[in-house]
Amino acid sequence: MLLEVRDLAAYFFLDEGVLKAVDGLSFDVEAGETVALVGESGCGKTIVALSLLGVVPSPGRVVGGSVRFDGVDVVRASPAELRRVRGAGIGIVFQEPGAALNPVHTVGRQIADVVQLHRGLTKHEADAEAVRLLGEMEIPEPEKRAKAYPHELSGGMRQRATIAVAVSARPRLLIADEPTTALDVTIQREILDLLGRLQRDFGMSLLIITHDIGVVEEMARRVMVMYAGKLVEVGDAERVFRDPRHPYTRGLLGSVPRLGGGRKTPLVGISGVVPDLLDLPPGCSFLPRCPLGDASCTAVFPPLEPVAGRLCACYKVHDAITT
Amino acid sequence: MLDSGLTHATRWALLPGAGHLLLGRRQRGVHLLAYTVLVLGVLAWRWDRFVHALTSTALDQWVAALFLVASIAGAVWFSVWDVRRLARQAGEPTRGKSPMRIAMRRFRANSLAVASVYVIVLMYLVAILAPLLAPHDPSSIEHVMETRYLAPSWSHLMGTDEFGRDLLSRAIYGARVSLSIGLLAMVVAKLIGTTYGAIAGYFGGWVDNVMMRAVDVVIAFPTFYLMLMLVGVFEANIVVLVLILGLTAWPGTARFIRGEFLSLREQEFIESARSIGLPAPAIILRHLIPSALSPVLVSAAFSVAGMIGAEAGLSFLGLGIRPPTPSWGNMVSAGQDALLVAWWVAFFPGALLATVLIAFSLLADGLRDALDPKALMRRYL
Repeated sequence: MLLEVRDLAAYFFLDEGVLKAVDGLSFDVEAGETVALVGESGCGKTIVALSLLGVVPSPGRVVGGSVRFDGVDVVRASPAELRRVRGAGIGIVFQEPGAALNPVHTVGRQIADVVQLHRGLTKHEADAEAVRLLGEMEIPEPEKRAKAYPHELSGGMRQRATIAVAVSARPRLLIADEPTTALDVTIQREILDLLGRLQRDFGMSLLIITHDIGVVEEMARRVMVMYAGKLVEVGDAERVFRDPRHPYTRGLLGSVPRLGGGRKTPLVGISGVVPDLLDLPPGCSFLPRCPLGDASCTAVFPPLEPVAGRLCACYKVHDAITT
Repeated sequence: MLDSGLTHATRWALLPGAGHLLLGRRQRGVHLLAYTVLVLGVLAWRWDRFVHALTSTALDQWVAALFLVASIAGAVWFSVWDVRRLARQAGEPTRGKSPMRIAMRRFRANSLAVASVYVIVLMYLVAILAPLLAPHDPSSIEHVMETRYLAPSWSHLMGTDEFGRDLLSRAIYGARVSLSIGLLAMVVAKLIGTTYGAIAGYFGGWVDNVMMRAVDVVIAFPTFYLMLMLVGVFEANIVVLVLILGLTAWPGTARFIRGEFLSLREQEFIESARSIGLPAPAIILRHLIPSALSPVLVSAAFSVAGMIGAEAGLSFLGLGIRPPTPSWGNMVSAGQDALLVAWWVAFFPGALLATVLIAFSLLADGLRDALDPKALMRRYL
């Protein structure tokens, strides 16, 4: 197993109290597979990604659990071990195209820096490798772009350059945190295709973090649905989407417009708002918005249990939705 | 055709600037050429003094002579190197416009700021070459009775003081003291402040807390009285003054850099740099400091003016550089007694002081306008 996450918990210690951004997450990623982590904004998805790299920003920190990547426990690793995991083990692409690029250095230089750091190439070789990588990202005229500064590139090109930085140390796992959210639709398509091709060519695993169900259906074999810091449904993507069992997953799918759904099919939103992570009630955190919940849900958060070929965290999982 | 033109230019580059002119780089070419002519002119004009200075055991003489030689060699070397570089890059795609280059272009459009750069460079050149340029010995008091308080004339352009010393020569030597103290004290203050603030801001948390409380303690001392006390304890010379001025002025920079780092730290490109496994010193040096540098540059220019002013103030009060070593501050002080009979004694050093302070302020203004982060951001977005 390439990545094993067990009971991962990352809390933010704020003046107002303890914010449980990630609370007891367990999942695996196999070598070469594509997994999607889905959930609303603010449910802790990005913090999961940062925890995997050991870069949760202060005042947050990982308070429990383990992240085992390729034999190294990231949570307890020494700084030197961590630096080998970062970049060379796990690469990450952030949401905002180009925000991950330093405005004061050329794009090529920033890629070459990582190549030099992790692959021990000379400056000259690294510069050439940077150009080659930019070409591989399907950027036209890579020699010219390598000498450009981030503000001189378009959003799509910046995102490609960011991906080039992320894969330049040949990571075995690439995390893409909302890689297409800030881009327009045609560029989204191209970036997704690029990520898919890189994953096959480099034999990487791909962890896609998104709130876009369409992206998941297209890219991922497995899907993990996250709600308020916890996983609520995990399983084969096709099966989960065809037959969602957790009321939250159903809500998510119901709120996405479909081609061919017909004009009669109503769009159903999820009532209520995302709960305040600072002040989660005991029991199921989805209860206030749940159409099925009752008094039996108020005691403890339901455990992930196998149901119909996937894992689902819901006491009411067998009940039919009658509404 | 292009190739032969380039080798031609490389050969011409042996005369600094000529190669650039051939390649059509007019601005750089003219500057290099003018500088070379200026330095060679000094060399020709003061050849006997130059030879004497080269063999001299007095450090300041030797430094002046060496600087002259080194700056000619440097100009030739730079000119050839730069022409070669331009030749090499002729076929390649041009580098994009860095934020610094965009700022440079804006700075060049500000003629007042550019003029102040010329003034400052000229002043520093004169200061370094003082032993070669000064028309008279700045501390000779041989014929006091005949040469005392002479008004400005062709043989004494700025007149003479109460001991019959040539004021122009004293002003030139005084420039060394005032200008070097200003520059060095600024460097000391900015180096300490930047390093200190960088560490506090990058690591944050309790490290930041402890370090910033220490800064509060330093700031709580009234700086001027602290300086007065220190110059009372130590004998004031250039080194002591540099240290005193530098060591009392760093907390502002430290605070600023720390604040800047705290906000930069949250930026995605820093998070990204950490995520890709870059070690902390590399992140600080390659990513954080370049991003926080431009405001420091602006405050450095203001700070030089402040330091020169502070040194002049201390020397004026008799607490800084002591006569007979000339500094603009103590020259003004010596002139104030004779203001009614010999206005020139206080006027010229005072005017020089004002010129330099104004030049540095204009430079700082120009830098600030050119480096305005908001104006830069508009181009990023």
